[in-house]
Amino acid sequence: MTASVELDLTRIRADFPILSRVMRGGNQLAYLDSGATSQKPLAVLDAEREFLTTSNGAVHRGAHQLMEESTDAYEQGRADIAAFVGADDDELVFTKNATESLNLVSYVLGDNRFDRAVGPGDVIVTTELEHHANLIPWQELARRTGAELRWYPVTDDGRIDLDSLVLDERVKVVAFTHHSNVTGAIAPVAELVSRARAVGALTVLDACQSVPHQPIDFHALGVDFAAFSGHKMLGPTGIGVLYGRRELLGALPPFLTGGSMIETVTMERATYAPAPQRFEAGTPMTSQVVGLAAAARYLRGIGMDAVESHEAELVAATLQGLMGIPQVRIIGPTGTELRGSPVSFVLDGVHAHDVGQVLDDEGIAVRVGHHCAAPLHRRFGIAATARASFAVYNTLDEVDRLIAGVKRAVEFFA
Amino acid sequence: MRMEQMYQEVILDHYKHPHHRGLREPFAAQVHHVNPTCGDEVTLRVALSADGETVTDISYDGQGCSISQASTSVLTDQVIGQSVGDALKTVAAFTEMISSRGNIEGDEDVLGDGIAFAGVAKYPARVKCALLGWMAFKAALAEARPMGEGLSDDGQEQR
Repeated sequence: MTASVELDLTRIRADFPILSRVMRGGNQLAYLDSGATSQKPLAVLDAEREFLTTSNGAVHRGAHQLMEESTDAYEQGRADIAAFVGADDDELVFTKNATESLNLVSYVLGDNRFDRAVGPGDVIVTTELEHHANLIPWQELARRTGAELRWYPVTDDGRIDLDSLVLDERVKVVAFTHHSNVTGAIAPVAELVSRARAVGALTVLDACQSVPHQPIDFHALGVDFAAFSGHKMLGPTGIGVLYGRRELLGALPPFLTGGSMIETVTMERATYAPAPQRFEAGTPMTSQVVGLAAAARYLRGIGMDAVESHEAELVAATLQGLMGIPQVRIIGPTGTELRGSPVSFVLDGVHAHDVGQVLDDEGIAVRVGHHCAAPLHRRFGIAATARASFAVYNTLDEVDRLIAGVKRAVEFFA
Repeated sequence: MRMEQMYQEVILDHYKHPHHRGLREPFAAQVHHVNPTCGDEVTLRVALSADGETVTDISYDGQGCSISQASTSVLTDQVIGQSVGDALKTVAAFTEMISSRGNIEGDEDVLGDGIAFAGVAKYPARVKCALLGWMAFKAALAEARPMGEGLSDDGQEQR
């Protein structure tokens, strides 16, 4: 890691008015829940408003000026977002969220019009680290096709246990998370991709927790598919992205069908538009795409290297502060090597909900619960953790407040 | 300070020293309830008198936050020994108070230590915690008395 780049945090924070809010306990908000959803800068809100007040029209339909401007804004948005994640424009499909993106891939990979479709006797591989959104779609694909679901268990420090599973020719899909949304562990993408390729399996990357926090280049990562969401990367809700390698998207049948995704339609049958339109049935999320593109440009303006090193500093301070409290147990790597933003922990004798309540009283917003990763929590013998997660706008002062709040929780419930 | 209003001393006492905890025999029905948003869970048993009209015991085990654990402890204090009809009235009164967003303070004669949870009602995210054991009890009772009268008298939906 290079030396930390000094960000102008005062200027950045001014772009997020919500961060100055004083909460019900009388304290200023310390928003440490960006892993659940991030706050949105004025640039994103302004871009949506500007679009809706000047150019709003139906994308890809008709011939009037607003339709042209809307289509241009939508497709320019696709280009800006593709550039942000190292993909080509036509390799990005817009969905309503990352969950839909992962469901889309899992459905089309089980469609027998695809010549590498998952079928009976095949194996789908995932990991014990996954968010439910990258687990249940694969359980369902296995159920629909008669394939078997297998998974890499995790190590005691919350990483994928690479020695626990050997892939063979039956494996058709390997789906895994880039940054765990609980342990913060960063997956060895190159190693997993190389193992999958060696047996002819396709890879699906859940990039929800990585795209907002580090430079991403899907081409360089070599994955076949990737999913991420708009609202976790300073963009709007209601917009998710699926990346797919061009050859694959071109060969896959549609998921949702209807308007916008067709070529010719008769009463008996239809032929389908090329990707990515083939996967975008119905009226698309136009202002959301415009907002998400603004978010990508905003992050690009700061520089993802700078974002990454700033957040690494916050994570290091959080780990150090929490580990100074004897009752704390970190669920995940305790070092900063190959580690992303979420820091999850349990407190001896204090349930995560109660930790969250004490922190809320201090104006500090963290997530409590199983963070949509129940099997992972079960693996560690716990029902719930408290999780602090960061974004570019967070400060070391907020980390100090978190540590002080956790100490208060220990004292309160002692 | 708002937090101390929520975590009344009596709640912390029930949390640290829960009453009637542990699973006991005999029992007429056992249920397992979870709060899917947080993973908290309770296994709860209800025992009835021979004529099926009196709650003779409630025993339970589980894991959860201070609010869910303390409220289950309070449930057992209030309801063990009550007639089924009175027990359902107690459940209805607690449910009404806890779902009121703080507008109903609760009757101590009916709810006992349960009135300490009035502050919890102001935190919608914690209402399910407070109700975990109470809803489990209601379900167990319905299972123990499948044809039982009074189960819908409180205006609550049956399972």
